[in-house]
Amino acid sequence: MRIFDPHIHMTSRTTDDYERMYAAGVRALVEPAFWLGQPRTGVESFLDYFDALVGWEQFRAAQFGIRHHCTLALNPKEANDPRCRPVLTELPRYLDSDGVVAIGEIGYDSMTTAEDEVFAEQLQLAVEYDLPALVHSPHRDKLAGTRRSLDVVRESGIDPGRVVIDHLNEVTVRVVADAGAWMGFSIYPDTKMDPDRMVAILKEFGTDRILVNSAADWGRSDPLTTLRTGEAMLAAGFSTAEVEQVLWSNPVTFYGEQRLILDPLPGFEAGAAGTFEGNSVLRGGVPS
Amino acid sequence: MTADQDWLCGAARAVETDPETIRTVFPVAGRRVGRAPLEPATDQHGLVHGTTDDAARARLIDAMSGAVDPDRLTDLLIWLYRNGGAAERRGVLRGLSALAERRPHRLTGLVVPAGVALCEDALRSNDPRLVAAAVGPFAGQYLGAHGWRHAVLKCLFLGVPTAVIARLPQRADAELARMVDGYVAERRAAGRAVPDDARALTSRQLI
Ligand SMILES: [Zn+2]
Repeated sequence: MRIFDPHIHMTSRTTDDYERMYAAGVRALVEPAFWLGQPRTGVESFLDYFDALVGWEQFRAAQFGIRHHCTLALNPKEANDPRCRPVLTELPRYLDSDGVVAIGEIGYDSMTTAEDEVFAEQLQLAVEYDLPALVHSPHRDKLAGTRRSLDVVRESGIDPGRVVIDHLNEVTVRVVADAGAWMGFSIYPDTKMDPDRMVAILKEFGTDRILVNSAADWGRSDPLTTLRTGEAMLAAGFSTAEVEQVLWSNPVTFYGEQRLILDPLPGFEAGAAGTFEGNSVLRGGVPS
Repeated sequence: MTADQDWLCGAARAVETDPETIRTVFPVAGRRVGRAPLEPATDQHGLVHGTTDDAARARLIDAMSGAVDPDRLTDLLIWLYRNGGAAERRGVLRGLSALAERRPHRLTGLVVPAGVALCEDALRSNDPRLVAAAVGPFAGQYLGAHGWRHAVLKCLFLGVPTAVIARLPQRADAELARMVDGYVAERRAAGRAVPDDARALTSRQLI
C-alpha cells in the first residue's frame, strides 16, 4: 500500500514514527502549520517554525525515505492574539518556496471577528499565489462553523475544488460534499473519526474528493491510522485501486503535481547518511 | 497558625506595603503553601475549588489590588500572567474571580478588559486547570456572550465539570443549547457516550 498522508504534524513526532510510517508504506506527507499547544506570543516564533517546516523537517523526513511538504498560515486560534497578527505580512515571502504546497490550516476556532478577517485574507493569498487551501473545521459548534467556512470560501472567489474542509464527521460531511469542496477526515485513536466510521462514509459518499489523514500531532494520535483505514477499506470490499485512490492519488490531485516532489528520494536506503546544518538524526548518529 | 499560613500572611503584608513584592512572592507560593486541592474528597484535581496555591495567589492579588490604582493593577496582572507558568496564570485568573466576588469596586478602568483578555488567552489553551480557572465568577460577570458560550463548550470537550462555570444557570440561553445539541448529535453519530453535563444543557432541558 502506497500512502500519502495529507495532514500530519511531524514536528511533534519522533524518528521512530518516521520509521514506522515508511515501513507502513508512507512515501509522502503534508505538514500543515498549526498551533503548538503552548500559544506563541510574537511573529518571530512563527517565522522560526515556518523555517523549520521548509528546512529541518523536510530533511528529517528525507532521512527516512519520506517526501515532506507543508502548508503555511496563521492558524485561527492564534489569529486571536494581536501580537501574532503581523505574521500575515511575512507569509507571502514563503509561499513560493519549494515544499510549500498550500495555505493552511486556516478556518475557525471560536468564530471571532479576528478569525473572520484572518481567514478571508489568507484565502485571498491562496488565490493570488494559485495555491489550494486547507481549512480546519472547528471543534466547537462544528456544523455552524463548517457552514460559515463554506460561506467565506464562496465569498473569496477561490474555486471550491481547491479547498479541503478537514476534520469532518458524519454530521458535517454532507454540506461540504454539496459545496464541491474536498472532504478531509482525520482518523484518531479515540476522537474525531475511526477507520470503520470512515469506511461507512466512503460507502455512502464514494472515493472522489476525499482525503484521509492521521492528523497526528502532540496529542493522543497515531501516524498509522491512514494504513488502518486502507486495511479497513479492503476488509469492507473496496478494491486496491480504490484504496490507492484515497490514500495516494487524491492527495496528489488536491495538492497538485506541479508543486509536489514525489520521485523516490535519490539513493534512499535504510541507514543512508546525511546531515542538516551539522546535525545528524540517523540512528546512532551523534548530534553535534 | 501554621508555617504556611505564616508565610502567606507575611507575604500579603509585604505586598500591601510594596506592591512590587508580588513579582517575587507570586511564583514561589506553591513551594511555600503546597499545591493540594482544597476539597480533595469531591474535587480531586482542584478544578472546581482550586488548590492551596491558587488560594494563596488569589489572596496576594487581593492584597495588591488594595494598594495600587487601576492602571498599575492592570499592568501587574498582565505581567504576572505573561511571565508565569500554568500555576501562576491560574493564580491570576482565580485572583480576578476573587475580586469579582468580594471586591467588585476594585475592578474599574482597564482592569476588566485586561482581565477578559487574560481569560480569553487561557480559554485558548487545552489545559483543563487553566480553562477551569478562566470560567469562574470574573468570566461569569464580564466575558461576552459569544466567548462565554464557547467556554462552556470547551469545558464539555475537555471533561472539565460544568460545576466550575460561574453563573451557568443565569447565562445559559437558547444559543448555548443549540451549540450543545450539535455537540450531542456529533457524539451520538460517532457512537460515543453523552456526558451528563452536556445532556443537562441541551434544548430539551430548557423546555
Ligand atoms: Zn492539524
